[in-house]
Amino acid sequence: MLKDITLGQYFPGNSLAHRLDPRTKLILTVLYIVILFCAKGFVSYGVVALLLLTGIKVSGVAPRALVRGLKPILFIICFTAVLNLFYTPGEALASFWIFTITKEGIVTAFFMVLRITMLIMGTFLLTYTTSPIALTDGLETLLGPLKRVKVPVHELSMIMSIALRFIPTLIEETDKIMSAQKARGADFESGNLLQRARALVPILVPLFISAFRRADELAVAMECRCYHGGEGRTKLHVLRYQLRDYLVLAAYGGVLAAVLILARLGM
Amino acid sequence: MSDIIRTEHLTFAYPPDEGKDPVPALDGVDLSIRQGSFVAILGHNGSGKSTLAKHMNAVLLPGGGRVWVDGMDTLDEALLLEIRRRVGMVFQNPDNQIVANVVEEDVAFGPENLGVATAEIQARVAAALKAVGMEAFTLHAPHHLSGGQKQRIAIAGVIAMEPACIVLDESTAMLDPAGRREVLDTVKTLNRDKGITVVLITHHMDEAAMADRVVVMDRGRVVMDGPPREILVRMEELREIGLDAPHTVELLHGLRQEGFDVPLDALGIQECAEAILRALA
Repeated sequence: MLKDITLGQYFPGNSLAHRLDPRTKLILTVLYIVILFCAKGFVSYGVVALLLLTGIKVSGVAPRALVRGLKPILFIICFTAVLNLFYTPGEALASFWIFTITKEGIVTAFFMVLRITMLIMGTFLLTYTTSPIALTDGLETLLGPLKRVKVPVHELSMIMSIALRFIPTLIEETDKIMSAQKARGADFESGNLLQRARALVPILVPLFISAFRRADELAVAMECRCYHGGEGRTKLHVLRYQLRDYLVLAAYGGVLAAVLILARLGM
Repeated sequence: MSDIIRTEHLTFAYPPDEGKDPVPALDGVDLSIRQGSFVAILGHNGSGKSTLAKHMNAVLLPGGGRVWVDGMDTLDEALLLEIRRRVGMVFQNPDNQIVANVVEEDVAFGPENLGVATAEIQARVAAALKAVGMEAFTLHAPHHLSGGQKQRIAIAGVIAMEPACIVLDESTAMLDPAGRREVLDTVKTLNRDKGITVVLITHHMDEAAMADRVVVMDRGRVVMDGPPREILVRMEELREIGLDAPHTVELLHGLRQEGFDVPLDALGIQECAEAILRALA
């Protein structure tokens, strides 16, 4: 059950999407979100969908893995769809009791679902193809100028990369604790919401204790390897933009322009 | 050859529980470890062996007495990084000492902190992974590796800092027998081929048998110190401080009591088998 959580999971690989500079990918992701929110009609959504499909194809990530990533937000998607379906004013198609389904409602609901799905998939593509260290490296470099106004950029990126590093470890540990509690008769699957929430306490307490112990040991291990903050630190891989980064960025710029024009035309 | 680590009247006590007197974890330890040697530090739980290990690269600072690492006093804060570069430490739980999500980036963590130039880091990472036989896993995610492999990555991370000495603080305690073998073979090779000093903290007798020198600790003091052949055969004394002699020694001891003419100090399994065969012939 817990193995389904794929957030922040990196699939090592050597595709073009993997080799792009993490800064490029971060910028692309922001651009992608902008493009997605500019899209208005079928044609412009089609263009974004094409962009996403190209991204998936190039990255070599299994589409199944991306779909699995949608599971946790299935509820939000359904909720949005239903809200839009019933609460968009316009030409009524069917109505019963206090609910009215409008033609505009169906269209908006469809686009909303499409938008959320593509938003999640697109951003997941970033974490699937970028190692957390590369990602935080990229963020650290992109946000570097903020150091001058005393934003602790290095510390924040270190915190983030360690958090990402420990996600699989802690998931594994949670699984183990749950099995141990189940073996002693704990029941996580029945009862009402309150009872289930209460059943989680015996999982969370040992998990927190162990997380603190791990943090303590990791801190000592890092100090033993001469960690002393970001000052004077060098890198195994220095980020350098390649030709492919400029090309992909230019292509994305083109897509953004196209979508803006299409949206302007109401397509 | 000079001493890489030297302690003099070293004492240390952890902060006590409220209302109790502090119990010394180390109670006057005088120890010199020669550059290039392979030393096993044996002891029961609570004997102070881990506390001693943590003094070897200034994770803990002496409560009394002194510790010198390659001539540098660990109390001198200005030398802290240099001391930790010289003496690398590998801990018990492999999961809690791996920082990065990709093997090569984890191995690079130490040199990065030291401000080594990028090209040099890449060379060191490649060399370190080769030295522990993990070069095929350069781009793997550490959490998919076995315990023994993770510990070898941790050792590579230490090697990449080009240390003079590696301290393994019960690094094999959480591993299965195959993983233990992997780790021990790795450090043995590093000691033999690269002349890196190895300090192995353990409570496994068979691991101690691999060392050139065995230091036995009890209640914060060094109680025995010498080559494994002299120390590990002292069954009665070892048992008194909660340690068991290696199985081979126990077997040979039993045979001697039955009147067989076998030596006690055939520590290795092969060696022991040969000694018994000779006695039977």
